[in-house]
Amino acid sequence: MADKGSFEVKVGLAEMLKGGVIMDVMNANQAKIAEDSGAVAVMALERIPALIREEGGIARASDPQIIKDIQATVSIPVMAKVRIGHFAEAQILEALEVDFIDESEVLTPADEHNHIWKHDFKVPFVCGCRNLGEALRRIGEGAAMIRTKGEAGSGNIVEAVRHMRQVQSEMKKLTVMDQDELMAAAKDMGAPFTLVQQVAKLGKLPVPNFAAGGIATPADASLMMQLGAKTVFVGSGIFMSEDPAPRAKAIVDAVTYYKDPAKLVEVSTGLQSAMKGLDMAEIPEGERLQERGW
Amino acid sequence: MVRKGRCPVMIGVLALQGDYEKHIQILDMLKISSIEIRYPKELEKVDGLVIPGGESTTMTDLMGRAGFYEPLRLLAGNKPILGTCAGLIMMAKSVCDSRVKPLGILDVEVDRNAYGRQVHSFTDQLPVSLNGKTDFISATFIRAPKITKVESSVKILSEYDSQPVVVRQGRHLGLAFHPELDGVTLFHEFIFKKQFEKTHAA
Repeated sequence: MADKGSFEVKVGLAEMLKGGVIMDVMNANQAKIAEDSGAVAVMALERIPALIREEGGIARASDPQIIKDIQATVSIPVMAKVRIGHFAEAQILEALEVDFIDESEVLTPADEHNHIWKHDFKVPFVCGCRNLGEALRRIGEGAAMIRTKGEAGSGNIVEAVRHMRQVQSEMKKLTVMDQDELMAAAKDMGAPFTLVQQVAKLGKLPVPNFAAGGIATPADASLMMQLGAKTVFVGSGIFMSEDPAPRAKAIVDAVTYYKDPAKLVEVSTGLQSAMKGLDMAEIPEGERLQERGW
Repeated sequence: MVRKGRCPVMIGVLALQGDYEKHIQILDMLKISSIEIRYPKELEKVDGLVIPGGESTTMTDLMGRAGFYEPLRLLAGNKPILGTCAGLIMMAKSVCDSRVKPLGILDVEVDRNAYGRQVHSFTDQLPVSLNGKTDFISATFIRAPKITKVESSVKILSEYDSQPVVVRQGRHLGLAFHPELDGVTLFHEFIFKKQFEKTHAA
């Protein structure tokens, strides 16, 4: 009997996305540009994070019609975002057969206490994290892919770096701990014990770890890959720039050739201006998207 | 990055995009040396190649931009190539989607994402006939392609639901699923070890 929707099958798709770029798109036209530029998947959302930040209001899952249009336009996987804890939005996206659901801090949370129990779904989920405890809690709930949160819509890489460094350094610490230290570590980070044991043994997360939130240039993509990300999500960085298609292509190349500075010179040359971006001091603490979810 | 194994052959794994690390793990299990390939000139060093799973539109773009098409067709003339999922699509003669430009190494026609979207991806048991015996393996199909036409030059080594899912043409193998996700070493061993032993013995 064919086994559908198992955890392994969900992680399997995450494995296939490695070394690619997942691009935020708001309509079928942008999705086409993304696919033509070599995106490995698109993330459908109503407004890209920079616009959500500008315009305010409640950010919800996309209109099903927009998702259907995007699905009809591109052949690569179509992902879509739901509000944290909004399992009904997730059920709708599953019925639409999106390929991956992002339970995302970029949208306005629906539940400030609970995230979605993701094991109930056949469709895989990706969730954001700022540290290892948060990553393992999401995996415990069934996430098949983790992305470090960064600060979406900022065009500023500093938070993405902070979160990736944090996760990596916490994992390294676990690998040198004695067995009798692991329970205390699990308690301190509020993470499921069996997953803490697994990370201590493997030295990495049991699911692929990608980077998101603030990637705007090929160099940003290379930086995140060198810090240990297996792929990058680019949200506002492409369609808020002056030259979406060439920039998208350049970031795709930068992810493949992230270790080769000569190639990065080549792909970064001749691009128009990147998105303007925000210094973290310009974003009041209460408005930081990364603070949503726990 | 070169990974040294005990076996005298060096296998390249196309590392433009996809689950190439999973294939390297399989080659490690078999003690076969491997090297990630990102530039055509790196193909000079290899005795065989894996084209991994991933997205075939992305691979088409990256292979085109890096100038991989002719070097890969030349390589196929005398070195074995193993393709899984998107790798099979890239090796096909024709693909029912103009967004993908295949290499034409296997005389098959392939239809992308033919089982549907991710919610229809699955794992199942599969009988495979290699070396005159049949093994049952776990096979994981992720948004998998279907082989819709097979020319007489191609041998079918396994079928699922009456559809070919493992095909062999001369020294090359194409698979619609991902043995690398289930730790199945059978295919890599057959194409990169057993075939070589035969050639060296002869």
